[in-house]
Amino acid sequence: MKTNDVILQTTTKFVFFIIFLFSIHIFFAGHYTPGGGFVGGLLTAGAIVLLLLAFDLKTVQKALPFNFTIVTAIGLLLSFGTAAGSIFFNVPFFTHAFDYFTLPLFGKTSLHTAMIFDAGVYLVVVGAAVTMIQTIGGDE
Amino acid sequence: MNFVLLIFLPIMAALFVPLLFRKLKDIHTGWFVLLVPVSLFIYYIGFIKTTMDGGHALSELQWIPSLGISFVSYIDGLSLLFTLLITGIGALVVLYSIFYLDKRKEKLNHFYVYLLIFMSAMLGVVQSDNVISLYLFWELTSISSFLLIGYWSTRDGSRFGALKSMMITVFGGLMMLGGFVLLGIMGDTFSIRELIASSPTFVGHEFFTLALVLVLLGAFTKSAQFPFHIWLPDAMEAPTPVSAYLHSATMVKAGLYLVARFTPIFAVSEVWIWLVAGIGLLTLFWGSFFAVKQTDLKAILAFSTISQLGLIMSLLGAGALAYHSDDPIFKFATFAAIFHLINHATFKGSLFMIAGIVDHETGTRDIRKLGGLMSIMPVSFTVAFIGSMSMAGLPPFNGFLSKEMFLQSMLAIRHFELFNFATWGILFPVIAWIASVFTLVYSFYFVFKTFAGQQKSEPLPIKPHEAPVGMLVSPVILATLVVGIFFIPNLIGKWLVKPAVMAVQPDLYNHPSEVDVDVAAWHGFDAPELWMTVSLVGVGLVLFLTLARWQKMYDIQPEYLSLNALYDSAMMFGEGGMNKLSRFYMTGLIRTYLIYMFAFIASITAATLFIKEAFVVDMDSFSPINLYGVLTAIVLVVAVCMVLLAKTRLSAIIALGAVGYSVALFFVIFKAPDLALTQLVIETISVALFLLAFKHLPSLNNHGQTKRNKIGNLIIAAGVGITVTLIALSAHSQKLIPSISQYYKDTVATEAGGGNIVNVILVDYRGFDTLFEIAVLSIAGIAVIAMIRLKLSRKEESTDENQ
Repeated sequence: MKTNDVILQTTTKFVFFIIFLFSIHIFFAGHYTPGGGFVGGLLTAGAIVLLLLAFDLKTVQKALPFNFTIVTAIGLLLSFGTAAGSIFFNVPFFTHAFDYFTLPLFGKTSLHTAMIFDAGVYLVVVGAAVTMIQTIGGDE
Repeated sequence: MNFVLLIFLPIMAALFVPLLFRKLKDIHTGWFVLLVPVSLFIYYIGFIKTTMDGGHALSELQWIPSLGISFVSYIDGLSLLFTLLITGIGALVVLYSIFYLDKRKEKLNHFYVYLLIFMSAMLGVVQSDNVISLYLFWELTSISSFLLIGYWSTRDGSRFGALKSMMITVFGGLMMLGGFVLLGIMGDTFSIRELIASSPTFVGHEFFTLALVLVLLGAFTKSAQFPFHIWLPDAMEAPTPVSAYLHSATMVKAGLYLVARFTPIFAVSEVWIWLVAGIGLLTLFWGSFFAVKQTDLKAILAFSTISQLGLIMSLLGAGALAYHSDDPIFKFATFAAIFHLINHATFKGSLFMIAGIVDHETGTRDIRKLGGLMSIMPVSFTVAFIGSMSMAGLPPFNGFLSKEMFLQSMLAIRHFELFNFATWGILFPVIAWIASVFTLVYSFYFVFKTFAGQQKSEPLPIKPHEAPVGMLVSPVILATLVVGIFFIPNLIGKWLVKPAVMAVQPDLYNHPSEVDVDVAAWHGFDAPELWMTVSLVGVGLVLFLTLARWQKMYDIQPEYLSLNALYDSAMMFGEGGMNKLSRFYMTGLIRTYLIYMFAFIASITAATLFIKEAFVVDMDSFSPINLYGVLTAIVLVVAVCMVLLAKTRLSAIIALGAVGYSVALFFVIFKAPDLALTQLVIETISVALFLLAFKHLPSLNNHGQTKRNKIGNLIIAAGVGITVTLIALSAHSQKLIPSISQYYKDTVATEAGGGNIVNVILVDYRGFDTLFEIAVLSIAGIAVIAMIRLKLSRKEESTDENQ
C-alpha cells in the first residue's frame, strides 16, 4: 500500500532548512550559550532523519550526495589535527588558542581553535549517526 | 653529529622502498637498499679509532624523560663490533639477495621493508644504553624476524616457523623486560652504564638472582640455547639471505651481546657462571650431535649455528671466571668468545649463502639427492670448503685459531677451584672435545656429501650450473675474510676484539692494549690443545667415514619424545584450553554479557559503598519539591511501567521515548539547558533509529528466556537501579573535596575564552574525553556497516548456493 505523504513531504521541505539553520546557529553559539558541536550535529542528523522519514532512502541520497563515512573521517581528522596542532607551537597536546578580532559585519568576535575542534565533533556526529541510520535503514 | 639518529636511518629508508619498487620496476629494489648498510658501515668504521683507545662515543635522544627512558647510542668496542657486523654482513646479504630474489616474481617491497626494519632494530639493540629502549628494539627484531620467516606466507611451514620463533623469542623478551625492571629497581636507573657503575651494591639484593635468571632467559631464547633452540631449525623456512643474516650472523647473536653486555653486573654470581657456561656447553654438544642427523642443507647449518652459539656462550660464561681469579689463563675466554663470534659470522654467512646457491641452482636442499657438484660449481665448492674447514676448526682458516683458544679456555677451567668447579670442572674439556668431534663430522658431512662423490642417478629438479657472478660475490668476500683473518689475527684483535673485551670486562682493564692475548697458530708440541685437535680430527674422520653405518642410530629417538613435540603439545593445549575457557563464558548472547556487566557494576559498587561506610543521606541539601517535578516524575514512572508491561515492541519503543522526554523535562526544571537540549535531540533520533531497526528485531515474546532468567534479570536490574540511586544520594550528600565548578567559573572567560561552561568542558577542559568519544562513535559507525554488510554478503552467498 502506498501512503500519501504530501503534507509531510511539503512541510519537511521547509522544516528541514529551519532545523538545519538552527543547528548551525546552535553550533556556533555553543561557546557562550547552550549548544555546541555535539548537539548541533545531532540536530542536523535529526533533520536528515526527518528527510528520510518523509522521502525514501534513494531520494535523500540523491539530494545529499555525500559519503557519510568520509564525513566522519574528515571530522575525526579535524579534531585530532586541532588537538595535535598545538605540538608544533611547542605547547602541550590539546592546548587551545583564542583571540578577539574586530571583523566587518560581526563586530568584535572571538576566534577560537576550540571551534575547529568542535566542527570536527559536529562532522563526526552527523557522519556516524547518518551512516548508522542509512546502513540499518537500507538493509532489506 | 647526533649519530643516535642513524639507528633510525634504515627504518626511514624503508618508507621509500614500496615507492621505488612500484615506480622503478626495471631496477632491482635491492640496489637502492644496498646504499643504506654500505653507507652506515663506512660511517661506523670511523669509530674504530675511538674504541681502540678504550674510548666511547655517546649520543642521546630524549624520548620519555619523565620516566628516564631515552634513545641512547653508546658506542664502545662491543657495540661497535656488532654494529659493523650488522651493517657489513647486511650489505653483503642485500647484495646477495639482489640475485637470489627475482624482481618480477617476489614481493620485494615487503621483503626489503622487513629487512630494513630489522636493521634498525638490531642497531638499536646493540647501541642502546637504556634498557627500556633496548627491550623495544629487541622485540622489534623478533617481529621483523617473524615477518621475514613468514615471507613466503602461503607455505604452511613458513607460517608455522614464524609463529614458533615469535612465541619463543617474545616469551624470552618479556622475561628479559622483567629482569630489566628489577635491575631498574635495584639501581634506580635504566642506563646500563649507570647500572654497571652501581652493580657492586646489587650483590645479595633479594632480586639479584631473579633478575639474572630473567635476563638470561631473554638471551637464551634469542640465541637459541637449549632447550629454546627448537625455533631456529623451523626458522630456516625464511629465504636464504634472511637465514644468513638474521639466523646466523646477527639476530641470534643478540643474546650473546646481552650476556656480554651484562657480564660486569652479573659475573660475580656463581649462578651466572654455571648457567651461561653450562647451558652454552650443553647447547654446543646438543647442536653438533643433532646436526649430523639432518638431511636438509639449511637444517644442518641451523643446528651447527645452535652449536656454535653454544660455544660462544660457554666461552662468555668461562670469561666470567676472570672476576674470581687473577690467574691470566682465565682471561683467554672472553677474547676467544669475541674472536669466534667474528669468525663464525664470516664462515657461517658464506656457508648459508652457498646453501642458498645450491638450492637456487639445483632446486633441492636435500643432501641425499645431492652429490658430485664439485666439477659443476667449482667456485661454490671452494667457498663451501673454506667455510666448512674453518667451522671444523682446521688450519689455515680463522676457525682454527678461535677453536684452539676455545679448547685452551675449557682446559683452563680444570684449574678453577671455587663453586664446585674442582669436582665438575673436568667435564668442560671432555664435553667440549666430544662436541668438537661432531662439529668436524657435520662440517665434512655438509661439504663432501654435497659437492664430492658421484651425482645421484635421480636427476635434480633443475639442471645444475654455477651461480651467476653477482650471487657469488658476497660468499667469496666472506671466504676471503675467513682465510685472511687466519694470517692477521692480531690485527683484528687489536682493532676489534680487544676493545670489545675491554667493554665486556671494564673493571679488569683500563686500556684495550692491556688485554694480554696474542693469537698464534702454533703453540709448540707440548700444548695440550694441539693434541686435543689432532685426536679429535682423527676420531672425527673415522666417524665421518663410517657415517652411513651409525647415522641410523638417530631414528631410535621417537618423535613424540622430542622437544618439538613438547612445544607442539603445549601450543595445542594452550589453544584448546583457552578456547574452552572463553567459550564457557562467551556465549555469543548480548544479554549474557549485559548480565555480567550489570551484575558486576551493581555488586562491586554497592559493596564498596557499604564497606567504606560511604552511604550518607543529607536531606537538607536537596532541592524543594515542586508541582512540575512531581508531575514529571509521575509521567516517568508510568512510562517505565508501560515499557515493562508493553505487549508489542512498538508501544515499548514509544513508552521508552516518553521516559527520555520526561528526563529532559527534569533538566529543564533544574535549569540545565544544554543537557535538556541534547537529551531531547538524542531521544528523537534514538526513537527514529529504533523504528528503523524495528523490522529486524524478533517479536517481543520470543526471547527463549525461562522464568528463572527473568527473575535473575529482575534482581540485577533492581540492583543496578538501587545502587545508582544510592550513589547519587551519597555523592550529593557529602562533599569531601571542594567542587571543581568554582574553578570553571573563575577561568572560563579568562583562560578558555568562552561563556558556556558545559561546552567549554566538552571542547577544552576535558577535550580528551570528547576526542576519544568521537573516536568511539566513528568506530561504532564502522561496526554497524561491517555488521550489516557482512550479513548482506552472507545472504548473497547462500542464495548462490541455492541456485
